[in-house]
Amino acid sequence: MIRFDCVSKRYPLEATAAVDDLSLHVRPGEICMLVGPSGCGKTTTMKMINKLITPSAGTITIEGRDSQALDTIALRLNIGYIIQEIGLFPHMTVAENIATVPVELGWKPARIAARIDELLDLVDLDPAIYRQKKPRELSGGQKQRVGVARALAADPRIMLMDEPFGALDPITRAKMQDEFLKIQEKLRKTIVFVTHDIEEAMKMGDRIAVLKAGRMVQLGTPMEILAHPADPFVSELIGGRQALKMLNLIFCDRLMRQVAVADRALGAEAALRLAAEPGAARMVLSSGGVRERFYVDGQSLELAGGDLAAAARPITTTMRPRASAQDALSEMFRTGDRFLFVEDDSRQIQGVIELEDLFRQVKGCEHAGQA
Amino acid sequence: MDFIRFFNARWQTILQLTLEHLVIVLVAMVISILLGVTVGILICRSRVLARIVLSLAGIMMTLPSLALFSLLIPLLGIGKAPAIVGLVAYTQLPLIRNVHTGITGISPAIIEAAQGMGLTEWKILFRIKLPLAFPAVMAGIRTATVMGIGIGAIAAYIGAGGLGVFIFQGISRTNDKMVLIGAIMISLISILTDRFLGRIQRRFDR
Repeated sequence: MIRFDCVSKRYPLEATAAVDDLSLHVRPGEICMLVGPSGCGKTTTMKMINKLITPSAGTITIEGRDSQALDTIALRLNIGYIIQEIGLFPHMTVAENIATVPVELGWKPARIAARIDELLDLVDLDPAIYRQKKPRELSGGQKQRVGVARALAADPRIMLMDEPFGALDPITRAKMQDEFLKIQEKLRKTIVFVTHDIEEAMKMGDRIAVLKAGRMVQLGTPMEILAHPADPFVSELIGGRQALKMLNLIFCDRLMRQVAVADRALGAEAALRLAAEPGAARMVLSSGGVRERFYVDGQSLELAGGDLAAAARPITTTMRPRASAQDALSEMFRTGDRFLFVEDDSRQIQGVIELEDLFRQVKGCEHAGQA
Repeated sequence: MDFIRFFNARWQTILQLTLEHLVIVLVAMVISILLGVTVGILICRSRVLARIVLSLAGIMMTLPSLALFSLLIPLLGIGKAPAIVGLVAYTQLPLIRNVHTGITGISPAIIEAAQGMGLTEWKILFRIKLPLAFPAVMAGIRTATVMGIGIGAIAAYIGAGGLGVFIFQGISRTNDKMVLIGAIMISLISILTDRFLGRIQRRFDR
Protein backbone atom coordinates (compact mmCIF):
# COMPACT_ATOMS: atom_id res chain seq x y z
CA MET A 1 0.00 0.00 0.00
CA ILE A 2 2.67 2.44 1.11
CA ARG A 3 6.22 1.33 0.58
CA PHE A 4 9.38 3.14 1.60
CA ASP A 5 12.51 1.97 -0.17
CA CYS A 6 15.78 3.28 1.27
CA VAL A 7 14.24 6.69 1.89
CA SER A 8 16.41 9.42 3.39
CA LYS A 9 15.80 13.06 4.14
CA ARG A 10 18.72 15.38 4.69
CA TYR A 11 18.44 19.08 5.33
CA PRO A 12 21.21 21.38 4.21
CA LEU A 13 23.45 22.58 7.06
CA GLU A 14 22.46 19.64 9.24
CA ALA A 15 25.05 17.01 10.03
CA THR A 16 22.68 14.10 10.60
CA ALA A 17 19.87 12.96 8.36
CA ALA A 18 16.32 13.56 9.60
CA VAL A 19 15.37 10.21 8.12
CA ASP A 20 18.13 7.76 7.33
CA ASP A 21 17.74 4.93 4.82
CA LEU A 22 14.25 3.89 5.86
CA SER A 23 12.57 0.88 4.29
CA LEU A 24 9.09 0.09 5.45
CA HIS A 25 6.01 -1.47 3.95
CA VAL A 26 2.69 -0.35 5.36
CA ARG A 27 0.16 -3.05 4.58
CA PRO A 28 -3.39 -2.41 3.42
CA GLY A 29 -5.85 -2.03 6.26
CA GLU A 30 -3.34 -1.85 9.08
CA ILE A 31 -2.51 0.87 11.54
CA CYS A 32 1.24 1.32 11.36
CA MET A 33 2.54 3.34 14.27
CA LEU A 34 5.64 5.48 13.95
CA VAL A 35 6.93 5.95 17.46
CA GLY A 36 10.00 7.57 18.93
CA PRO A 37 11.20 10.63 20.84
CA SER A 38 10.92 14.08 19.32
CA GLY A 39 13.39 14.61 16.52
CA CYS A 40 13.48 10.93 15.61
CA GLY A 41 12.08 11.62 12.14
CA LYS A 42 8.63 10.15 12.59
CA THR A 43 6.71 13.23 11.46
CA THR A 44 9.18 13.80 8.61
CA THR A 45 8.58 10.22 7.51
CA MET A 46 4.84 10.74 7.54
CA LYS A 47 4.96 14.02 5.68
CA MET A 48 6.98 12.45 2.89
CA ILE A 49 3.97 10.24 2.11
CA ASN A 50 1.74 13.16 1.10
CA LYS A 51 4.70 15.11 -0.29
CA LEU A 52 4.64 17.90 2.26
CA ILE A 53 8.33 16.99 2.48
CA THR A 54 10.36 15.72 -0.47
CA PRO A 55 12.76 12.86 0.23
CA SER A 56 16.43 13.44 -0.61
CA ALA A 57 16.93 9.82 -1.61
CA GLY A 58 14.97 6.64 -2.11
CA THR A 59 11.47 6.07 -3.40
CA ILE A 60 8.04 6.03 -1.80
CA THR A 61 5.50 3.90 -3.61
CA ILE A 62 1.84 4.47 -2.95
CA GLU A 63 -0.58 1.83 -4.21
CA GLY A 64 2.06 0.64 -6.61
CA ARG A 65 3.05 4.02 -8.04
CA ASP A 66 6.07 6.17 -7.34
CA SER A 67 4.79 9.11 -5.33
CA GLN A 68 7.10 11.57 -7.08
CA ALA A 69 5.32 10.77 -10.34
CA LEU A 70 1.88 11.30 -8.81
CA ASP A 71 0.08 14.65 -8.99
CA THR A 72 0.60 16.22 -5.57
CA ILE A 73 -2.86 17.76 -5.23
CA ALA A 74 -4.68 14.62 -6.41
CA LEU A 75 -2.56 12.52 -4.05
CA ARG A 76 -3.34 14.71 -1.06
CA LEU A 77 -7.06 14.84 -1.86
CA ASN A 78 -7.03 11.05 -1.65
CA ILE A 79 -5.23 10.84 1.69
CA GLY A 80 -6.94 11.70 4.95
CA TYR A 81 -4.77 14.01 7.04
CA ILE A 82 -5.12 14.67 10.75
CA ILE A 83 -2.69 16.67 12.88
CA GLN A 84 -2.47 17.31 16.59
CA GLU A 85 -3.49 20.96 16.30
CA ILE A 86 -6.35 19.74 14.08
CA GLY A 87 -6.22 22.92 11.98
CA LEU A 88 -9.95 23.32 11.57
CA PHE A 89 -10.69 26.40 9.47
CA PRO A 90 -12.05 28.84 12.07
CA HIS A 91 -14.08 30.91 9.61
CA MET A 92 -16.01 27.92 8.33
CA THR A 93 -18.75 25.90 9.98
CA VAL A 94 -18.24 22.28 10.96
CA ALA A 95 -20.15 21.25 7.83
CA GLU A 96 -18.01 23.47 5.58
CA ASN A 97 -14.85 22.11 7.17
CA ILE A 98 -15.90 18.53 6.52
CA ALA A 99 -16.99 19.43 2.99
CA THR A 100 -13.56 20.80 2.01
CA VAL A 101 -12.21 17.79 0.14
CA PRO A 102 -15.55 16.63 -1.36
CA VAL A 103 -16.03 20.17 -2.74
CA GLU A 104 -12.55 19.99 -4.27
CA LEU A 105 -13.42 16.65 -5.80
CA GLY A 106 -16.52 18.19 -7.37
CA TRP A 107 -19.17 16.22 -5.51
CA LYS A 108 -22.82 17.26 -5.93
CA PRO A 109 -24.17 19.39 -3.03
CA ALA A 110 -26.79 16.78 -2.08
CA ARG A 111 -24.15 14.07 -1.87
CA ILE A 112 -21.91 16.32 0.23
CA ALA A 113 -24.75 17.18 2.63
CA ALA A 114 -25.61 13.50 3.08
CA ARG A 115 -21.95 12.65 3.62
CA ILE A 116 -21.55 15.35 6.29
CA ASP A 117 -24.43 13.94 8.31
CA GLU A 118 -23.16 10.40 7.89
CA LEU A 119 -19.71 11.38 9.13
CA LEU A 120 -20.98 13.41 12.07
CA ASP A 121 -23.01 10.37 13.11
CA LEU A 122 -19.91 8.22 12.73
CA VAL A 123 -17.88 10.42 15.07
CA ASP A 124 -20.81 10.62 17.47
CA LEU A 125 -21.78 14.27 17.01
CA ASP A 126 -25.46 15.01 16.40
CA PRO A 127 -25.58 16.54 12.88
CA ALA A 128 -28.60 18.70 13.74
CA ILE A 129 -26.65 20.37 16.54
CA TYR A 130 -23.12 20.48 15.19
CA ARG A 131 -23.48 21.00 11.44
CA GLN A 132 -23.69 24.79 11.69
CA LYS A 133 -21.38 25.34 14.66
CA LYS A 134 -18.09 27.18 14.28
CA PRO A 135 -14.91 25.48 15.52
CA ARG A 136 -14.53 27.98 18.38
CA GLU A 137 -17.79 26.69 19.87
CA LEU A 138 -16.40 23.15 20.22
CA SER A 139 -14.43 21.47 23.00
CA GLY A 140 -11.04 19.93 22.27
CA GLY A 141 -12.48 16.46 21.92
CA GLN A 142 -15.29 17.64 19.67
CA LYS A 143 -12.79 19.52 17.50
CA GLN A 144 -10.77 16.39 17.01
CA ARG A 145 -13.93 14.44 16.16
CA VAL A 146 -14.61 16.99 13.43
CA GLY A 147 -10.96 16.64 12.39
CA VAL A 148 -11.44 12.89 12.02
CA ALA A 149 -14.69 13.41 10.11
CA ARG A 150 -13.02 15.93 7.81
CA ALA A 151 -10.16 13.55 7.08
CA LEU A 152 -12.59 10.73 6.31
CA ALA A 153 -14.84 12.94 4.17
CA ALA A 154 -14.00 11.61 0.73
CA ASP A 155 -13.48 8.08 2.04
CA PRO A 156 -9.73 7.95 1.39
CA ARG A 157 -8.02 4.58 1.50
CA ILE A 158 -5.02 6.03 3.30
CA MET A 159 -4.98 8.17 6.42
CA LEU A 160 -2.06 10.01 7.98
CA MET A 161 -2.41 10.91 11.64
CA ASP A 162 0.17 13.02 13.43
CA GLU A 163 -0.35 12.73 17.18
CA PRO A 164 -4.06 13.28 16.65
CA PHE A 165 -5.02 12.81 20.28
CA GLY A 166 -1.85 14.30 21.79
CA ALA A 167 -3.42 17.57 22.95
CA LEU A 168 -6.44 16.00 24.64
CA ASP A 169 -6.83 15.31 28.34
CA PRO A 170 -6.20 11.67 29.32
CA ILE A 171 -9.87 10.72 29.66
CA THR A 172 -10.98 12.25 26.36
CA ARG A 173 -7.88 10.82 24.78
CA ALA A 174 -8.60 7.24 25.84
CA LYS A 175 -12.19 7.64 24.71
CA MET A 176 -11.16 8.97 21.32
CA GLN A 177 -8.66 6.13 20.90
CA ASP A 178 -11.32 3.54 21.66
CA GLU A 179 -13.83 5.16 19.35
CA PHE A 180 -11.30 5.50 16.60
CA LEU A 181 -10.39 1.81 16.88
CA LYS A 182 -14.09 0.99 16.59
CA ILE A 183 -14.39 3.15 13.46
CA GLN A 184 -11.25 1.56 12.03
CA GLU A 185 -12.66 -1.92 12.62
CA LYS A 186 -15.46 -0.98 10.23
CA LEU A 187 -13.50 1.06 7.70
CA ARG A 188 -10.17 -0.79 7.52
CA LYS A 189 -8.18 2.20 6.31
CA THR A 190 -4.45 2.00 5.79
CA ILE A 191 -3.19 4.28 8.51
CA VAL A 192 0.18 5.75 9.34
CA PHE A 193 -0.07 7.05 12.88
CA VAL A 194 2.68 9.13 14.49
CA THR A 195 3.03 9.28 18.26
CA HIS A 196 5.72 9.73 20.88
CA ASP A 197 3.65 7.73 23.36
CA ILE A 198 4.56 4.04 23.38
CA GLU A 199 1.40 3.20 25.34
CA GLU A 200 -0.68 4.73 22.56
CA ALA A 201 1.40 2.87 19.98
CA MET A 202 0.76 -0.42 21.79
CA LYS A 203 -2.94 0.26 22.04
CA MET A 204 -3.60 1.53 18.54
CA GLY A 205 -1.03 -0.20 16.39
CA ASP A 206 -1.24 -3.38 14.37
CA ARG A 207 2.46 -2.88 13.90
CA ILE A 208 4.91 -0.44 15.39
CA ALA A 209 7.98 1.07 13.79
CA VAL A 210 10.30 2.41 16.47
CA LEU A 211 12.44 5.28 15.21
CA LYS A 212 15.53 6.76 16.75
CA ALA A 213 17.61 9.57 15.24
CA GLY A 214 16.17 8.97 11.78
CA ARG A 215 16.69 5.24 11.76
CA MET A 216 14.15 2.50 12.24
CA VAL A 217 15.45 0.39 15.13
CA GLN A 218 12.60 -2.08 15.29
CA LEU A 219 9.47 -3.04 13.39
CA GLY A 220 6.97 -5.48 14.77
CA THR A 221 3.62 -6.14 16.36
CA PRO A 222 3.15 -4.66 19.82
CA MET A 223 3.52 -8.13 21.26
CA GLU A 224 6.78 -8.78 19.43
CA ILE A 225 8.19 -5.49 20.58
CA LEU A 226 7.16 -6.09 24.18
CA ALA A 227 8.47 -9.63 24.16
CA HIS A 228 11.73 -8.90 22.39
CA PRO A 229 12.84 -5.29 22.32
CA ALA A 230 15.59 -5.01 19.70
CA ASP A 231 17.96 -2.95 21.80
CA PRO A 232 18.29 -1.08 25.10
CA PHE A 233 16.70 1.99 23.51
CA VAL A 234 13.50 0.12 22.74
CA SER A 235 13.52 -1.45 26.21
CA GLU A 236 13.83 1.96 27.74
CA LEU A 237 11.04 3.27 25.56
CA ILE A 238 8.77 0.46 26.73
CA GLY A 239 9.82 1.28 30.26
CA GLY A 240 9.74 -2.08 32.02
CA ARG A 241 6.87 -4.24 33.28
CA GLN A 242 6.65 -5.81 29.82
CA ALA A 243 4.72 -8.84 30.99
CA LEU A 244 2.06 -6.71 32.64
CA LYS A 245 1.81 -4.58 29.50
CA MET A 246 1.34 -7.73 27.44
CA LEU A 247 -1.78 -8.37 29.43
CA ASN A 248 -3.17 -5.26 27.76
CA LEU A 249 -2.72 -6.84 24.36
CA ILE A 250 -4.37 -10.15 25.14
CA PHE A 251 -8.13 -10.20 25.12
CA CYS A 252 -10.56 -12.39 26.99
CA ASP A 253 -11.98 -13.94 23.83
CA ARG A 254 -8.56 -15.34 23.02
CA LEU A 255 -7.82 -16.23 26.61
CA MET A 256 -10.97 -18.04 27.64
CA ARG A 257 -11.74 -21.70 27.29
CA GLN A 258 -15.18 -22.82 26.23
CA VAL A 259 -17.08 -23.55 29.40
CA ALA A 260 -18.46 -27.00 29.98
CA VAL A 261 -22.20 -27.22 30.52
CA ALA A 262 -23.82 -29.51 33.11
CA ASP A 263 -27.49 -30.14 32.48
CA ARG A 264 -29.53 -30.22 35.68
CA ALA A 265 -31.70 -32.97 34.22
CA LEU A 266 -28.71 -35.30 33.86
CA GLY A 267 -27.90 -34.97 37.54
CA ALA A 268 -24.75 -34.85 39.63
CA GLU A 269 -23.47 -38.14 38.36
CA ALA A 270 -22.98 -36.86 34.85
CA ALA A 271 -21.58 -33.59 36.16
CA LEU A 272 -18.96 -35.36 38.23
CA ARG A 273 -17.89 -37.42 35.25
CA LEU A 274 -17.61 -34.23 33.22
CA ALA A 275 -15.57 -32.56 35.95
CA ALA A 276 -13.01 -35.30 35.71
CA GLU A 277 -12.27 -34.42 32.10
CA PRO A 278 -9.40 -32.05 31.45
CA GLY A 279 -10.31 -28.41 31.05
CA ALA A 280 -13.76 -28.78 32.56
CA ALA A 281 -13.03 -27.97 36.17
CA ARG A 282 -15.88 -25.51 36.26
CA MET A 283 -19.24 -26.00 34.63
CA VAL A 284 -22.18 -23.75 33.94
CA LEU A 285 -25.49 -25.24 34.94
CA SER A 286 -28.20 -25.41 32.37
CA SER A 287 -31.78 -26.45 32.38
CA GLY A 288 -33.76 -27.13 29.27
CA GLY A 289 -30.77 -26.07 27.17
CA VAL A 290 -30.68 -22.58 28.72
CA ARG A 291 -27.50 -21.63 30.50
CA GLU A 292 -28.07 -20.35 33.99
CA ARG A 293 -25.94 -17.91 35.93
CA PHE A 294 -24.87 -20.69 38.29
CA TYR A 295 -21.84 -22.91 38.16
CA VAL A 296 -20.53 -26.02 39.89
CA ASP A 297 -17.02 -27.41 40.22
CA GLY A 298 -15.55 -30.66 41.46
CA GLN A 299 -15.02 -29.27 44.94
CA SER A 300 -18.51 -27.90 45.37
CA LEU A 301 -20.01 -31.15 44.07
CA GLU A 302 -18.03 -33.13 46.59
CA LEU A 303 -18.99 -30.84 49.45
CA ALA A 304 -22.64 -31.03 48.51
CA GLY A 305 -22.45 -34.78 48.53
CA GLY A 306 -23.58 -35.13 44.95
CA ASP A 307 -26.55 -32.83 45.20
CA LEU A 308 -26.37 -30.67 42.07
CA ALA A 309 -28.77 -28.02 43.35
CA ALA A 310 -26.86 -27.67 46.63
CA ALA A 311 -23.51 -27.51 44.84
CA ALA A 312 -24.63 -24.65 42.55
CA ARG A 313 -22.94 -21.31 43.18
CA PRO A 314 -23.97 -18.02 41.62
CA ILE A 315 -21.79 -16.47 38.93
CA THR A 316 -20.97 -13.00 40.18
CA THR A 317 -17.98 -11.82 38.17
CA THR A 318 -17.98 -11.81 34.40
CA MET A 319 -15.95 -10.10 31.69
CA ARG A 320 -16.79 -9.23 28.12
CA PRO A 321 -14.80 -10.90 25.31
CA ARG A 322 -13.14 -7.60 24.29
CA ALA A 323 -11.90 -6.88 27.81
CA SER A 324 -8.15 -7.20 28.18
CA ALA A 325 -6.34 -9.80 30.21
CA GLN A 326 -5.24 -6.97 32.47
CA ASP A 327 -8.88 -6.17 33.21
CA ALA A 328 -9.46 -9.87 33.94
CA LEU A 329 -6.47 -10.03 36.26
CA SER A 330 -7.58 -6.93 38.09
CA GLU A 331 -11.03 -8.44 38.53
CA MET A 332 -9.50 -11.63 39.95
CA PHE A 333 -7.51 -9.60 42.46
CA ARG A 334 -10.65 -7.72 43.42
CA THR A 335 -12.78 -10.80 44.00
CA GLY A 336 -10.01 -13.06 45.27
CA ASP A 337 -11.15 -15.84 42.92
CA ARG A 338 -8.67 -17.56 40.66
CA PHE A 339 -11.15 -17.67 37.82
CA LEU A 340 -13.87 -15.69 36.16
CA PHE A 341 -16.48 -16.21 33.49
CA VAL A 342 -16.77 -14.54 30.10
CA GLU A 343 -20.18 -13.55 28.82
CA ASP A 344 -21.06 -12.37 25.34
CA ASP A 345 -23.10 -9.30 24.47
CA SER A 346 -26.35 -11.18 25.00
CA ARG A 347 -25.15 -12.05 28.53
CA GLN A 348 -24.72 -15.73 27.68
CA ILE A 349 -21.88 -17.32 29.61
CA GLN A 350 -19.43 -18.43 26.93
CA GLY A 351 -16.24 -19.31 28.64
CA VAL A 352 -14.12 -19.35 31.71
CA ILE A 353 -10.66 -17.95 32.41
CA GLU A 354 -8.44 -19.48 35.06
CA LEU A 355 -5.51 -17.64 36.61
CA GLU A 356 -3.17 -20.23 35.11
CA ASP A 357 -4.44 -19.28 31.66
CA LEU A 358 -3.02 -15.81 32.17
CA PHE A 359 0.39 -17.15 33.11
CA ARG A 360 0.34 -19.55 30.19
CA GLN A 361 -0.71 -16.89 27.67
CA VAL A 362 1.98 -14.42 28.67
CA LYS A 363 4.62 -17.14 28.60
CA GLY A 364 3.28 -18.28 25.22
CA CYS A 365 3.40 -14.79 23.82
CA GLU A 366 7.00 -14.41 24.79
CA HIS A 367 7.79 -17.49 22.78
CA ALA A 368 5.59 -16.54 19.86
CA GLY A 369 7.27 -13.15 19.72
CA GLN A 370 10.60 -14.84 19.20
CA ALA A 371 9.92 -15.49 15.53
CA MET B 1 -24.94 83.57 11.56
CA ASP B 2 -22.15 84.93 9.49
CA PHE B 3 -20.90 81.42 8.98
CA ILE B 4 -24.23 80.06 7.74
CA ARG B 5 -24.67 82.96 5.35
CA PHE B 6 -21.20 82.24 3.97
CA PHE B 7 -22.07 78.57 3.55
CA ASN B 8 -25.36 79.36 1.78
CA ALA B 9 -23.64 81.70 -0.63
CA ARG B 10 -20.89 79.21 -1.53
CA TRP B 11 -22.59 75.82 -1.27
CA GLN B 12 -22.18 75.04 -4.97
CA THR B 13 -18.42 75.55 -4.80
CA ILE B 14 -18.26 73.56 -1.59
CA LEU B 15 -20.19 70.68 -3.16
CA GLN B 16 -17.99 70.75 -6.23
CA LEU B 17 -14.77 70.74 -4.18
CA THR B 18 -16.12 67.96 -1.96
CA LEU B 19 -16.90 65.79 -4.97
CA GLU B 20 -13.48 66.52 -6.42
CA HIS B 21 -11.90 65.58 -3.11
CA LEU B 22 -13.89 62.34 -2.97
CA VAL B 23 -12.96 61.39 -6.53
CA ILE B 24 -9.24 61.96 -5.96
CA VAL B 25 -9.25 59.98 -2.72
CA LEU B 26 -11.45 57.22 -4.18
CA VAL B 27 -9.22 56.72 -7.23
CA ALA B 28 -6.11 56.83 -5.06
CA MET B 29 -7.54 54.36 -2.55
CA VAL B 30 -8.68 51.84 -5.18
CA ILE B 31 -5.16 51.82 -6.62
CA SER B 32 -3.60 51.87 -3.17
CA ILE B 33 -5.66 48.96 -1.85
CA LEU B 34 -5.03 46.82 -4.92
CA LEU B 35 -1.31 47.55 -4.74
CA GLY B 36 -1.00 47.31 -0.96
CA VAL B 37 -2.92 44.04 -0.65
CA THR B 38 -0.94 42.48 -3.49
CA VAL B 39 2.38 43.60 -2.03
CA GLY B 40 1.23 42.51 1.44
CA ILE B 41 0.45 39.02 0.14
CA LEU B 42 3.70 38.76 -1.81
CA ILE B 43 5.99 39.74 1.06
CA CYS B 44 4.59 36.93 3.23
CA ARG B 45 6.88 34.60 1.26
CA SER B 46 10.10 36.03 2.62
CA ARG B 47 10.90 37.53 5.98
CA VAL B 48 13.80 39.58 4.57
CA LEU B 49 11.66 40.96 1.77
CA ALA B 50 8.93 41.81 4.26
CA ARG B 51 11.36 43.79 6.39
CA ILE B 52 12.70 45.74 3.43
CA VAL B 53 9.28 46.55 1.97
CA LEU B 54 7.78 47.49 5.33
CA SER B 55 10.68 49.86 6.09
CA LEU B 56 10.31 51.50 2.67
CA ALA B 57 6.59 51.97 3.20
CA GLY B 58 7.36 53.30 6.66
CA ILE B 59 9.76 55.88 5.24
CA MET B 60 7.08 56.96 2.74
CA MET B 61 4.71 57.62 5.58
CA THR B 62 7.15 59.51 7.79
CA LEU B 63 8.01 61.84 4.90
CA PRO B 64 6.05 65.09 5.42
CA SER B 65 3.19 64.94 2.94
CA LEU B 66 3.90 68.44 1.71
CA ALA B 67 7.47 67.39 0.89
CA LEU B 68 6.28 64.22 -0.80
CA PHE B 69 3.90 66.11 -3.05
CA SER B 70 6.56 68.72 -3.87
CA LEU B 71 9.04 66.00 -4.77
CA LEU B 72 6.54 64.62 -7.30
CA ILE B 73 6.23 67.91 -9.21
CA PRO B 74 9.50 67.53 -11.20
CA LEU B 75 8.44 63.97 -12.13
CA LEU B 76 4.74 64.29 -12.83
CA GLY B 77 4.06 68.02 -12.92
CA ILE B 78 1.06 69.39 -11.10
CA GLY B 79 -2.59 68.35 -11.04
CA LYS B 80 -4.51 65.26 -10.08
CA ALA B 81 -2.04 62.62 -11.30
CA PRO B 82 0.83 63.47 -8.92
CA ALA B 83 -1.74 63.91 -6.13
CA ILE B 84 -3.04 60.40 -6.65
CA VAL B 85 0.47 58.95 -6.86
CA GLY B 86 1.38 60.76 -3.65
CA LEU B 87 -1.68 59.48 -1.84
CA VAL B 88 -1.03 55.93 -2.99
CA ALA B 89 2.56 56.08 -1.76
CA TYR B 90 1.50 57.67 1.49
CA THR B 91 -1.16 55.10 2.38
CA GLN B 92 0.81 51.95 1.57
CA LEU B 93 2.19 51.26 5.03
CA PRO B 94 -1.05 50.55 6.95
CA LEU B 95 -2.27 48.39 4.08
CA ILE B 96 0.86 46.32 3.53
CA ARG B 97 1.54 45.96 7.24
CA ASN B 98 -1.97 44.84 8.09
CA VAL B 99 -2.19 42.35 5.25
CA HIS B 100 1.21 40.99 6.29
CA THR B 101 0.36 40.67 10.00
CA GLY B 102 -3.07 39.32 9.12
CA ILE B 103 -1.67 36.52 7.00
CA THR B 104 1.45 35.69 8.99
CA GLY B 105 -0.65 35.64 12.16
CA ILE B 106 -2.69 32.66 10.95
CA SER B 107 -1.86 29.51 12.90
CA PRO B 108 0.60 27.39 10.85
CA ALA B 109 -1.50 24.34 11.72
CA ILE B 110 -4.40 25.71 9.69
CA ILE B 111 -2.19 26.21 6.66
CA GLU B 112 -0.58 22.80 7.12
CA ALA B 113 -3.98 21.12 7.36
CA ALA B 114 -5.11 22.91 4.19
CA GLN B 115 -1.96 21.85 2.32
CA GLY B 116 -2.15 18.30 3.60
CA MET B 117 -5.77 18.01 2.52
CA GLY B 118 -4.84 18.95 -1.02
CA LEU B 119 -5.82 22.59 -1.46
CA THR B 120 -3.73 24.46 -4.04
CA GLU B 121 -1.75 27.56 -3.08
CA TRP B 122 -4.35 29.78 -4.78
CA LYS B 123 -7.23 28.15 -2.97
CA ILE B 124 -5.40 28.42 0.33
CA LEU B 125 -4.90 32.13 -0.37
CA PHE B 126 -8.47 32.91 -1.36
CA ARG B 127 -10.40 30.45 0.78
CA ILE B 128 -8.27 30.35 3.92
CA LYS B 129 -5.65 33.10 4.23
CA LEU B 130 -7.56 36.13 2.95
CA PRO B 131 -10.83 35.36 4.76
CA LEU B 132 -8.90 34.82 7.99
CA ALA B 133 -6.80 37.95 7.49
CA PHE B 134 -9.88 39.96 6.52
CA PRO B 135 -10.42 41.78 9.84
CA ALA B 136 -6.80 42.95 9.83
CA VAL B 137 -6.92 43.89 6.14
CA MET B 138 -10.14 45.81 6.68
CA ALA B 139 -8.63 47.66 9.64
CA GLY B 140 -5.72 48.62 7.38
CA ILE B 141 -8.10 49.83 4.68
CA ARG B 142 -9.93 51.98 7.24
CA THR B 143 -6.76 53.57 8.53
CA ALA B 144 -5.39 54.13 5.04
CA THR B 145 -8.63 55.65 3.74
CA VAL B 146 -9.05 58.04 6.64
CA MET B 147 -5.42 59.05 6.22
CA GLY B 148 -5.96 59.51 2.50
CA ILE B 149 -8.95 61.80 3.03
CA GLY B 150 -6.94 63.98 5.39
CA ILE B 151 -3.77 64.11 3.32
CA GLY B 152 -5.91 64.74 0.25
CA ALA B 153 -6.33 68.30 1.50
CA ILE B 154 -2.60 68.90 1.02
CA ALA B 155 -2.93 67.80 -2.60
CA ALA B 156 -4.57 71.13 -3.34
CA TYR B 157 -1.09 72.60 -2.88
CA ILE B 158 0.03 70.97 -6.14
CA GLY B 159 -3.13 71.93 -7.98
CA ALA B 160 -5.19 68.82 -7.57
CA GLY B 161 -8.24 70.65 -6.32
CA GLY B 162 -10.48 69.27 -3.61
CA LEU B 163 -11.40 70.71 -0.23
CA GLY B 164 -7.77 71.67 0.38
CA VAL B 165 -8.35 74.54 -2.04
CA PHE B 166 -10.67 76.16 0.50
CA ILE B 167 -8.20 75.74 3.30
CA PHE B 168 -5.23 77.14 1.37
CA GLN B 169 -7.24 80.04 0.00
CA GLY B 170 -8.65 80.72 3.45
CA ILE B 171 -5.15 80.86 4.88
CA SER B 172 -3.78 83.23 2.23
CA ARG B 173 -6.82 85.50 2.46
CA THR B 174 -7.00 85.16 6.25
CA ASN B 175 -10.56 84.03 5.83
CA ASP B 176 -11.10 81.72 8.78
CA LYS B 177 -14.60 80.75 7.58
CA MET B 178 -13.13 79.12 4.47
CA VAL B 179 -10.53 77.27 6.50
CA LEU B 180 -13.16 76.10 8.91
CA ILE B 181 -15.56 74.87 6.24
CA GLY B 182 -12.76 72.99 4.46
CA ALA B 183 -11.67 71.37 7.71
CA ILE B 184 -15.19 70.49 8.82
CA MET B 185 -16.07 68.93 5.48
CA ILE B 186 -12.91 66.83 5.50
CA SER B 187 -13.57 65.65 9.06
CA LEU B 188 -17.15 64.84 8.17
CA ILE B 189 -16.10 62.74 5.17
CA SER B 190 -13.48 60.98 7.30
CA ILE B 191 -15.91 60.10 10.06
CA LEU B 192 -18.64 58.91 7.70
CA THR B 193 -16.23 56.82 5.63
CA ASP B 194 -14.71 55.26 8.74
CA ARG B 195 -18.15 54.36 10.06
CA PHE B 196 -19.20 52.93 6.72
CA LEU B 197 -16.05 50.78 6.43
CA GLY B 198 -16.43 49.74 10.05
CA ARG B 199 -19.91 48.48 9.30
CA ILE B 200 -18.62 46.40 6.37
CA GLN B 201 -15.87 45.00 8.59
CA ARG B 202 -18.32 43.94 11.28
CA ARG B 203 -20.69 42.37 8.78
CA PHE B 204 -17.94 40.08 7.53
CA ASP B 205 -16.63 39.31 10.98
CA ARG B 206 -19.57 37.09 11.68
